[in-house]
Amino acid sequence: MARFTPENLELAHEIISRYPRKKSAVIPMLHLAQEQDGYVTNDAMAHIAELAEVTAAEVIGTCTFYEMFKTHPVGKYVINVCTNISCQLNGGEELLEHLEESLEIRSGGTTSDGMFTIEDYECIAACTEAPCLQVNYRYFHRISNDEVDEVIADIRTGKLADTIPEHGVLQRVRQTIPAAKLAGVAPPEEVVDAPAWMVRNEPILAARAAAKAAEEAAAKAAEGNAD
Amino acid sequence: MATNQYVPHAAGYVDNEGPKIVSSRFVHEDAFLLERSLATGGYEGLKKALTMAPIEVHDTVRDAVLLGRGGAGFPAGIKWGFCPPGKWPMYLVVNGDESEPGTYKDRLLMEMDPHQLIEGCLIACYALGLSQCFLYVRGEMALAQERIAHALNEAYEANLVGKNILGTDFSVDVVLHWGAGAYIVGEETALIESLEGERGMPRLKPPFFPAAIGLYGQPTIVNNVETLANLPWIIVNGADEYKKYGSETSPGTRLFAVSGHVKRPGVYEAEQGVTTFRDLIYGDNFCQGMKGDDELKMFIPGGASAPWFFPEQVDLPLEARPVGAAGSMLGSGAIVIMDESTDAVKACLRVVRFFARESCGKCTPCREGTTWEETLLRRIYDGHGRPGDLEMLLDIADNISPGPYPGAAWEAEGIEAIPFPPKQTTICPLGPSSVAPITSALRRFRHEFEAKIPQRTSIPVSAS
Ligand SMILES: Cc1cc2nc3c(=O)[nH]c(=O)nc-3n(C[C@H](O)[C@H](O)[C@H](O)COP(=O)(O)O)c2cc1C
Ligand code: SF4
Ligand code: FES
Repeated sequence: MARFTPENLELAHEIISRYPRKKSAVIPMLHLAQEQDGYVTNDAMAHIAELAEVTAAEVIGTCTFYEMFKTHPVGKYVINVCTNISCQLNGGEELLEHLEESLEIRSGGTTSDGMFTIEDYECIAACTEAPCLQVNYRYFHRISNDEVDEVIADIRTGKLADTIPEHGVLQRVRQTIPAAKLAGVAPPEEVVDAPAWMVRNEPILAARAAAKAAEEAAAKAAEGNAD
Repeated sequence: MATNQYVPHAAGYVDNEGPKIVSSRFVHEDAFLLERSLATGGYEGLKKALTMAPIEVHDTVRDAVLLGRGGAGFPAGIKWGFCPPGKWPMYLVVNGDESEPGTYKDRLLMEMDPHQLIEGCLIACYALGLSQCFLYVRGEMALAQERIAHALNEAYEANLVGKNILGTDFSVDVVLHWGAGAYIVGEETALIESLEGERGMPRLKPPFFPAAIGLYGQPTIVNNVETLANLPWIIVNGADEYKKYGSETSPGTRLFAVSGHVKRPGVYEAEQGVTTFRDLIYGDNFCQGMKGDDELKMFIPGGASAPWFFPEQVDLPLEARPVGAAGSMLGSGAIVIMDESTDAVKACLRVVRFFARESCGKCTPCREGTTWEETLLRRIYDGHGRPGDLEMLLDIADNISPGPYPGAAWEAEGIEAIPFPPKQTTICPLGPSSVAPITSALRRFRHEFEAKIPQRTSIPVSAS
C-alpha cells in the first residue's frame, strides 16, 4: 500500500525528465508502481498524480483503460494464454482448458496460494508459434499440455526464478541517458526555431528556387516570343 | 519447446532463399548487440545520411516508394511531406504496438535487431528536423523493451544517439516508451493520446494525419517499426536499388507472418508484388503446403481486420492494389490459413470477440455494435440462435459500416468483389473491422450459420 520508495522516486523523476510534458510519464510510472507492489495501489496513483501534476482522477482514468494494470492483487505469475484466431486453429483453447484444470481455477482467477493467475488473452504476436502463452510477459512458444505442466512445476520449485521475474517487473534493463549525452528535452512552446542541422538544406533550397525561377523566366520569355 | 528454450532465437523466422533487406541480421544470435551490428554494416545508413542534406534523404525515401507497413500502406515519403513548413518542434512516434491478430514481425525486428530500428528512427529525424523520437513498444513485449533499452544505452554511449551525434550538428533523443495492453493504441491518434498519458482513444478526424496536429498539438510523424527498419538499407543502397525488388507500385520486400494450418508456419521476408499467396502457402521456399495436405477453405490476407479470401484468390500477388481491388487488404502482412476442418462460425466469432473486447468505447456504433455482434454470434454458435438473427447481424453491421462491405468475388455464385476500404460511421476503422469476418463468412458459408440455428415450429394456439 505504498507510495514510491526513495529509489523508485528517483527513477520516477528520471522518467519524467525525458518527456516534454510530465503527464506523458504517467504510464511508465504506473508500470513502476506495479513493479514495486505487484499491482497498482491507490496510494501509488495519488503519488503519481502529484509527480505528474495532474489530478488523481486523471491517473485512475488512464490506469483503468489498460489491461495490464491491475488495481487489485493478482498471482505472482500471470499466465496469458492466447486464444485468438491463429492459436485457436492450433489448440490455444484446449491449452487454456488444460491449464484451468491443472490449476483448478477459471481464466481471470487466481490460485488460493496467490501463485498463479490465468488470463484468456488476445494475440501476443507469436502467431506462427501457436499455441503459445506468456508467463509474466515472457514467451513460451509451441507449447504442449505436458510442457505447460512442466513450466508450472518449475516455477513452483523456483527453477525459473532467474528467467521469469515476479509479476510487475517488466524490463530488467532500463534506459538511462547520461546527462552529458542528452540532446535536450523542452516543452513544445519553448522550441521556436528549426533544429540546427536543418540549415544544411538552405543551399539546396536556394539552388532549387533559383532553378525554378530560371525555368519560369524562360517559359515567360518563350510565351513573349510566341505573342 | 521445453523450459530451457525460453525465448528461442528468432522464433518463427525462416531464413529462406531470397533477398533480405530488414531481416539480414536475424541469422546472428547476437544481432541485438552494437558490436555485431557495427560489424555487419550497422549505422552506415546514418553515416551516409549525415553527408547528405536532410531534404536529399527525404527525396531518396520518396523516390523509393517505401509503403507504410503498419496497415494502411501509405507511402512514407509522401506522409513526411504533410508536415506544415516552419512549425517547430516536430516529433517522431514509432508504432511498435503490434497487436493485430495474426501479425508477428515488429516484435522480431525489435528483439532481434533493435539497432537497425534505432538507425531508421535517426534517419527519419535527420531528414525532417524532428526534435525528439518516442519509441512506443507494446506493453506485453518485455524482451523487446529490454533489448531496445539495452541497444539505446549502447548507442548513447557510442555517441550514435543524443547530443551532437558522431560529432555533427545533428542532435536528437530517442526515448523508449511502452504501452500497457490495449489494441486500439495501435491506431496512430490513440497512440499519441496514450503517449500524452491519456486513455488510448482515437481522436476525431480531420485532421487525417498527425503530421498536421499530433503529439502536444505539434506536427508528428507516426511510422511503423518495419517501415523505419527499411530506411538504413534504402539510404545505403539508394532508391533505384530498392526498386529492383518487388513490383512498381509495391517495391521492396516485406515480412509476412503465415500462421494457421500450414506445414511450416513462420515469418518470411518475401518480395512484394511478385510473390503470390499460392507461393507463400504451397511454395517449397515458404510454407510447403497445407498441414496434412488438407484443402484450403479460406484465409485472412492482412490481419484480423481484413475481409477473408477463398481458394479463388490464391493467385493474387502480395501487392496492395490488386488485393484492395479484390475486396480485402494486405494490412499488416499477417496471413492466416484455414483448412476445410475449420468451423467458419467459430472462427468468425473469435475474431469478432476480439474487436468487441478491444473497442475503446468512444463511439456508439462500435461500442454497442461489436458487443451485439458477439452476443448474436455466441448464441448462434452455442445452438441458441433465433430465426432472424442473421438478418439482425447484418443490420448491426450496416450501422457500423453502411452499404456493401468489401468482400472477395465468388465466381461460382456470380458474386463480384467489392473493393476495399469500407464506409464507416465510426471515429476509427476498428468498428468496421469487426464487420469483415461477418460479411466474409456469411457471404460464403451462410449454410453453416443456418445449420446451427434451431428450426422451431410455432405452437398453434386455438382461439377457443
Ligand atoms: C485499430 C487500429 C490498430 C492499429 N494497430 C497498429 C499497430 O499495432 N501497429 C502499427 O504499426 N500500426 C497500426 N495501425 C495503423 C496506424 O494507425 C498507422 O497507420 C501506422 O502506424 C502508420 O505507420 P506506417 O505509415 O509506417 O504504416 C492501426 C490502425 C488501426 C485503425
Ligand atoms: S470505432 Fe471503436 S475503437 Fe474506434 S474510436 Fe470508435 S469506439 Fe473506439
Ligand atoms: S493469434 Fe495467438 S499469438 Fe497471435
